[in-house]
Amino acid sequence: MRKLALTDEILLKIDKPARYIGGEVNSIMKDRERVDIRFAMCFPDVYEIGMSHLGIQIIYDMLNKFEDVWCERVYSPWMDLDEIMRKEQIPLFALESQDPVKDFDFLGITLQYEMCYTNILQVLDLSGIPFFAKERTWEDAVVIGGGPCVYNPEPVAPFFDLFYIGEGETMYRQLFDLYKTCRKTGKSRKEFLMEAGKLPGIYAPEFYETTYHDDGTIATFYPVIPELPRKIMKEMVRDLSDTYYPEKPVVPFIRVTQDRVVLEIQRGCIRGCRFCQAGQLYRPVRERSLEFLKEYAVKMLKATGHEEISLSSLSSSDFSKLPEFIDYLIEECRKRHVNISLPSLRIDAFSLDVMSKVQDVKKSSLTFAPEAGTQRMRNVINKGLTEEVILNGAKLAFEGGWNKVKLYFMLGLPTETDEDARGIALLANEIAKLYYETVPKEKRNGKVQITASTSFFIPKPFTPFQWAPMCTREQFLDKAHTVKTAVLEQLNKKSIKYNWHEADASVLEGILARGDRKIADVIYMAYKKGCIYDAWGEYYKHDVWMECFEACGLSMDFYTTRERSLDEIFPWDFIDCGVTKEFLKREWQRALREEVTPNCKMACQGCGAARFGTGICYEERS
Amino acid sequence: MKYRIKFSKYGSIIFIGHLDMMRYFQKAIRRAEIPIAYSTGFSPHQIMSFAAPLGVGLYSNGEYLDIELTQEVSTADMKEALNRTMAEGVEILSVKALPKNAENAMASVAAAGYFIQIRKGHEADLVFGEGFDDFMAQSSIPYEKETKKSRKLLDLKEGIYDYEVKEDGIYLLVNASSSGNIKPGMIMEAYYAYLGRKPSEFDFVVTREETYTKNEDGQFISLDEVGKDI
Repeated sequence: MRKLALTDEILLKIDKPARYIGGEVNSIMKDRERVDIRFAMCFPDVYEIGMSHLGIQIIYDMLNKFEDVWCERVYSPWMDLDEIMRKEQIPLFALESQDPVKDFDFLGITLQYEMCYTNILQVLDLSGIPFFAKERTWEDAVVIGGGPCVYNPEPVAPFFDLFYIGEGETMYRQLFDLYKTCRKTGKSRKEFLMEAGKLPGIYAPEFYETTYHDDGTIATFYPVIPELPRKIMKEMVRDLSDTYYPEKPVVPFIRVTQDRVVLEIQRGCIRGCRFCQAGQLYRPVRERSLEFLKEYAVKMLKATGHEEISLSSLSSSDFSKLPEFIDYLIEECRKRHVNISLPSLRIDAFSLDVMSKVQDVKKSSLTFAPEAGTQRMRNVINKGLTEEVILNGAKLAFEGGWNKVKLYFMLGLPTETDEDARGIALLANEIAKLYYETVPKEKRNGKVQITASTSFFIPKPFTPFQWAPMCTREQFLDKAHTVKTAVLEQLNKKSIKYNWHEADASVLEGILARGDRKIADVIYMAYKKGCIYDAWGEYYKHDVWMECFEACGLSMDFYTTRERSLDEIFPWDFIDCGVTKEFLKREWQRALREEVTPNCKMACQGCGAARFGTGICYEERS
Repeated sequence: MKYRIKFSKYGSIIFIGHLDMMRYFQKAIRRAEIPIAYSTGFSPHQIMSFAAPLGVGLYSNGEYLDIELTQEVSTADMKEALNRTMAEGVEILSVKALPKNAENAMASVAAAGYFIQIRKGHEADLVFGEGFDDFMAQSSIPYEKETKKSRKLLDLKEGIYDYEVKEDGIYLLVNASSSGNIKPGMIMEAYYAYLGRKPSEFDFVVTREETYTKNEDGQFISLDEVGKDI
């Protein structure tokens, strides 16, 4: 039987000990003596969040299919255990073997959101791995980063030996072969990292240097070794129906955020909303085949025993075989008493029909994401959802028995005016009014409940808004106040609930998203001063972060409120995500002119992703 | 068709609480493709009930749950199918078919047997079991049970049906019915108090050895003796 890294006494003292014991159904055990490479795959947040992430499940499954590799999981210990591990000097361990992470060959860390950056340092710290890559030796695991945030890795570059840029399915085998050869032939760690940096999609940050202009913007960014590429192209799966996907995902003992089978039906999005980073990073859209999806849906349900299956994609309604696949799924799931959850569906006659089959209408709510309150603003962000479409969808839904509506918006979008902010309240009111007009009194199930939520817009790299200034905290809060006041002025105010996000953390997220390498010192200092779990409101210490920026002599405004000129070199410009800077520039200018751009299914916009030779770029257009 | 499943909990599974064990079995039953019956309605759930919740940190060789199936299945096949999909630390010990009129698992629980040992590193200067006979020879064993709302004075002696001081620990057979459930920790607290001591939080390692019901003659029989193999 496995020996646990933590004593029974510790496990009985802390909250949710199941986070740390491993041994879940479908977790992979191997003989540590019979593998060449031990890989610790870390999601730097608490177990319930990390275990819910599909990307890690794909990589975990794939790496363990390699006979010479044993991939295990690592998550951030929660605050209670963090304290005990520091006090008792217990090294961070991987869940499967319960062995210390430090002894592994690789520590892979996925960067899913910027606010986890201090948790990276927590993981390194508890593992006993030096924070800075340049201080590491062969005694330490090779620390490699992946995930969407590595499309601007610079703020955390000094903490990583390597970054894997792009989709994880393609390059690990080559990286491992190189590693094995380097170890066998007695190469130095530095030599290995340099060789790795020549592999497609792999970025070895210590071999790159930045020079800056007096105003703090980048003058040059270049590899110090001529053999390394100046530009790094993202890795991408060409055929999503002929690649790795877990048939037997790990089944957690405790309830995690995604306590269900997650089936990714397609990758990428045709829509091109200008605020959305994923919409650009995962171009071109690639669908999985119906055969693939049918096979995996059944296999995964059988292997996990989950009572729910969820379809995952950026915009499920755009999946060409959706009706056919849903018919199949409804049939299979009925037999097995399995629920179907369908996020990211556009509300129309088809989706309402499907939803009425798979959900309890009385309990479920409709979700619309207009993202902005006025048509002008929606044109700027290229969200092709019109008020007419929203109201038609809502009307159909009200007739079908729904009476709960959730509306998602962003505040602080480029060119946004008070009128756009107030438009959020007006739209919510229109929907409420429509309910009372559509549903006769005797058929109403109480009041219509409309929940409008706003998050604050944060410009992200590789979007047309990467040049845009971000609002200040005060501007954000003023805007939220404007919406709140406008909601209270509406006739149907009693049917509308308005929520807005906290603004402080948005400011930091904005800095980390578009930050450069100088930010690393701030992150390090903030961690040293106790910042950790910044994504969790209750632990976020805005004052400490502000102090650290000041102490490091860096201006927060430089990264947030400053409007970038069109010829500025961005910290992430050395990465080629397929979409060209020229295209993004064009889109930025169209945004300012309030011009809508057709989606990929309607007409090709020449974004650059066609060079991958796959996906929507090569399909017939309607 | 009602079936009773007996299982053990050992190793790291002791850190999985009762509610999560229920979820664990729901998924295990799906994986094993057991034809379990579902309730009706929009979110149907499996018809399943556990005998007695086991606290986090306790081992067990005698946990029970009842399930209802839509068709008859061989008990040996079901045991094998479930064991094939168990995580390390849970073993299906028996599967029995219940007679039609059988009381459900929870209602039929009358007693439980526990084996209590001193946790390694907590031995102190005490020979565990010392003075336990004298402790048990008292005419009553008062114990003040504190709940969120109230304090209640109990006599533990009424609920201790049998005991045995063994070389490596103490065996206790105690009331585990819904009306008079006694936790082994309560007895240990009273025992230590009798010795003029106070146990610390993690002093004991407790294993539930068996869960019992009463037969028509009023004798304790293990919960799976009610059913039979088919």
